Amino acid sequence: MKIIVTIKQVPNVTKVKWDADGSLIRAGLPTIINPVDKHAIEAALELKEKHGGEVVVISMGPGQVESALREALCMGADQAIQLTDRKFAGADTWATSYALGCAIKKIGDYDLVISGVEAMDGNTAQVGPQMAEFLGIPLLSYALGIESDGKKVQIQQKLGDFERKIEADFPALITVEKEINEYRVTPMDKILEAFEKEIPVWEADDVDADIVHLGLKGSPTKLRKVFSPKIEKGKVQMLEGTPEEIARQVADKLNEKFLI
Amino acid sequence: MATKANIEEHKNVWVFAEQNNGKLAKVSLEMLGEGRKLANKLGVELAAFLIGDNVKTSAETLIAYGADKVFLAEDPELKEYRTELYTEIICKKAIEEKPEILIIGASAIGRDLTPRISFRLNTGCTADCTELDIDEEKRLLVSTRPAFGGNVMATIICPEHRPQMSTVRPGVMAVPEADASRKGEIINVPVEIKPENIKVRVIESNEKEHEGDKIEDAEKVVGIGIGASDPESVEYVKELAKVLGAKIGGSRPCVEKHIIPHEVQVGQTGKNIRPELYIPCGISGTVQHTTGITNAKYTIAINKDPNAEIFKFANLGIAGDAKVILPAIIKEIKKYKA
Repeated sequence: MKIIVTIKQVPNVTKVKWDADGSLIRAGLPTIINPVDKHAIEAALELKEKHGGEVVVISMGPGQVESALREALCMGADQAIQLTDRKFAGADTWATSYALGCAIKKIGDYDLVISGVEAMDGNTAQVGPQMAEFLGIPLLSYALGIESDGKKVQIQQKLGDFERKIEADFPALITVEKEINEYRVTPMDKILEAFEKEIPVWEADDVDADIVHLGLKGSPTKLRKVFSPKIEKGKVQMLEGTPEEIARQVADKLNEKFLI
Repeated sequence: MATKANIEEHKNVWVFAEQNNGKLAKVSLEMLGEGRKLANKLGVELAAFLIGDNVKTSAETLIAYGADKVFLAEDPELKEYRTELYTEIICKKAIEEKPEILIIGASAIGRDLTPRISFRLNTGCTADCTELDIDEEKRLLVSTRPAFGGNVMATIICPEHRPQMSTVRPGVMAVPEADASRKGEIINVPVEIKPENIKVRVIESNEKEHEGDKIEDAEKVVGIGIGASDPESVEYVKELAKVLGAKIGGSRPCVEKHIIPHEVQVGQTGKNIRPELYIPCGISGTVQHTTGITNAKYTIAINKDPNAEIFKFANLGIAGDAKVILPAIIKEIKKYKA
């Protein structure tokens, strides 16, 4: 079974700091593998352990993305491929899916593509479904569990208020939820092995990508502006006094508003 | 591939109407309300796209909620949602009819379906918007969404491709008033599903059981944040929720610490709530959280830090420790109820 896992290196947006003017400080944020993508790697490794085969991890990003791929190798992936080219920069989900899709086609001969449901920085959940469309393969999204007999694949799908069991023949693309598994802690021998592996770097030409569909220029959506939300300042009435006095004011207000 | 659209040819606003077991999704009604506003600003028609098996009665409902037209695709094979079958039907019609805007509720189905449609139609899609508007001068859909993990807001446009697509999270927009006297046209969309095109088989489908109301429909919500996540405060939060008849929701860090389940997480990666009363306890008020609470009618915030962002979203503010303030409030409320 040949499984390709797409991962994203993201800034750890839960550690964001703000400057004195209230602007977000982007520089210096630690980068990590998008957390749910680690569950995607784990899901692929578990399938490989059951059925044999190989796990290839790919990631698109600037040079530093190598560290994410190295970590994936440490977890036990057989091969990692880095997609780095200035032509990829500034891509929206469409152009990202196109570039990753080209790389997956280039690798070829795969049974499954697995990714995390969404990235913690963008939270769009679009790249998985869009890659499936580019590759012309079925999408099995929101997986809580994966079963395979080596020819077809079945997932437990968390579809909003419904839980479904859905199935497709190979090849297919699966997006996984973080509840699907607990990912492994890397054993020491794997770490040493992983650091000896070479990670090829592919550019746009290496994956036969058409430059008009890449990066900022190839992106249908355009960013108009970024801002911190406007807030009506001074609307709030701060309550003063002892806890008992404050509590009385709260209860009076709730009563006045028919909320108790 | 992403070739540019001939923009002048594209007209009208479309809304995807999601149904599950014949029941329309509430978010689709919310989208109709929003779609109606966009269509009025552009001076064009609003169409709903309904797919399922034997769902015609819902088409009438969509008209009552604001649709001028309903494209109706029915087939026994469409009883269960399947990404590719839905994509094929919508894209085929969209290529014929050329809508300028297509908006979809960002439910689980919406978030599965929309990206595939947008890729096939070579157009952009802005996910999980909290606000939609029209740039009337340029005749563009202007979509606003939280970005960078919900730390800032981003405004996004799709200037050269059509339809302009956006999804909106459930609970962000209000459900419009229904008007049973509204007239509209139901257009049957011919469906031909070849067995070889059925790539995904649905083996089983079960609706999950809920404990009472969902957080997004709750009239009262008590929110729990990291500042009130110690065991003592958590007990007081539970008691306050009980005396108020409120649901407990909370911030992302509390979900990560397993204090509350993900189903009741409020904010960008959780639910949008619109309660009559919201009482966030120990929640600092990051954008991640506050994007989910802007529709709360009356908010009483409790936080140790008098400068916490959450107070900017509150009507009443209490700068104090939840485990000191909450028992006093519980006591006073009990007095009122006695």
